Amino acid sequence: MTGATVQVGRGPSLQPLTQDTPVLIVDDLSKTYADGTQALSGISLSVRPGEIVALIGGSGCGKTTLLRLIAGLDHASRGTVQVDGETIREPHPNVGVVFQEARLLPWLNVAGNVGFGLAGLPRSERRARVARALERIGLAEHGGRWPRELSGGQQQRVAIARAFVTHPRVLLLDEPFSALDAFTRRDLHDQLLGLWGETKPTILLVTHDVGEAVTLADRVVVMRPRPGRLDETIDIGLARPRDPVAAHHEGAVRRVMAALDRSLRPAATHPPLAPETRAAWW
Amino acid sequence: MRQGGRVGLGLVLPLALAIGWEIAVDSGLVSGRLLPPPSRIGATLLDLAASGDLLMHVEATLIRVGLGFLWGAAAGILAGALVATLPILRWLVDPSVQALRAVPSLAWVPLFILWFGILETPKVLLIAVGVFFPVYVGVSGAIASVDRKLVEVGRIFRLSRLALAWRILLPAVLPATLVGLRTGLGLGFLFVVAAELMGASEGLGYLLVDGQQFSKPDQIVAAIITFALAGKLADMVLVTLTRPLTRWQDTARESL
Repeated sequence: MTGATVQVGRGPSLQPLTQDTPVLIVDDLSKTYADGTQALSGISLSVRPGEIVALIGGSGCGKTTLLRLIAGLDHASRGTVQVDGETIREPHPNVGVVFQEARLLPWLNVAGNVGFGLAGLPRSERRARVARALERIGLAEHGGRWPRELSGGQQQRVAIARAFVTHPRVLLLDEPFSALDAFTRRDLHDQLLGLWGETKPTILLVTHDVGEAVTLADRVVVMRPRPGRLDETIDIGLARPRDPVAAHHEGAVRRVMAALDRSLRPAATHPPLAPETRAAWW
Repeated sequence: MRQGGRVGLGLVLPLALAIGWEIAVDSGLVSGRLLPPPSRIGATLLDLAASGDLLMHVEATLIRVGLGFLWGAAAGILAGALVATLPILRWLVDPSVQALRAVPSLAWVPLFILWFGILETPKVLLIAVGVFFPVYVGVSGAIASVDRKLVEVGRIFRLSRLALAWRILLPAVLPATLVGLRTGLGLGFLFVVAAELMGASEGLGYLLVDGQQFSKPDQIVAAIITFALAGKLADMVLVTLTRPLTRWQDTARESL
């Protein structure tokens, strides 16, 4: 019956194109693997243009799975993902991805890696974009070096630049800083925001670092595990640039911590032990 | 130690042995009838070179190795690529190929002579068989172990099948393929001796047989030395030609 009903006003194409029209709409997304494990259950999320949303949660709550479905690398068991009103079935030209590992192509130098996705552009435009991105990430002098000659942080910067230069509307970041030390991470946060400021793509950032989420995101969405689903959403509402040691920043961190804490306590779903059971312990 | 010093050190042992043997034969301590001193081997080499015979034999051998290498490498690359990309072929063909790989090369000689006679065909074929297996193993292994994560990068940038093969698969399998080709070339030189021992009127292998039948140990050693030089030279040419392709993966070169 539901298949026959006409959906009015749900697709973004039917809404007026304002600043608040979501660029990314995830609708009732579920993923069950062949062995019956349910990785994701009923995920719905919409993200406005230019917004930075952090997905946070412990390991095994399906963060990466969700990102891969949005990227079109895997297929959902139920539900849809739309970018700019187009349903995602395979990787989309307007969606960029930065993986947990840099995944640079070892046979291309740094400039070649940054420009890997620009093969369709004229050479001069390609060069200009690569040069500008290398400048932004502080590797302007290193375009001719091989990936193996770079540190882990430098490699991840190249991977981020590679995703940005194609000017995607939506950028998916899968824990891109998790393997880096705290100092390098701080540095990369600044450079990520610098690149973001140029074209203002929508960013969906998967992380397990509360500080990182609060430093970067407009909105933090907490995920719960088994099966992965969305829990609370915390609006950060802090002006940029942000100061991670300021009091209001600390307050936002505490709010996210509290939400994360609630998501880890299954108290709401399991009733407390019955009195007679408790009595047996005495 | 500097590179020059290391090369120099490597020459000490063979030079000492050669000079020692020369002195021993010269002073009459040993007869040198079965193992002639370096001076006599050098003279034989010079004679062969001056008469143009050496060049003729080297040419015959190199042509056989070259043809066998081309056929064997082409077949190895094609079969390796097919088996690695089509699962049905892998299950169907690979076990048989692996079984054939275990057959000692010389065991083919009688069969090849029966089938193809004793002219060029069985010789080139035997060399091609030797070259085929390492190339096949190298290529199929390389394709099967291409990093899936790098292929995903290609998917994210929406590469076509052709672009994916050209921009990711090919560069990824190149190093292992080149190692396979290099091993194959070495085996080609191994097999050309077997091929020429089965009956040839020219070639370095013929010099060996001829030297044995007419009791000319100096000619045998001269042929062995020429084999070593030709093999080493061919290897150097292959490495030099392909070095630009794998420059990205050298880690130690700059520090040498």
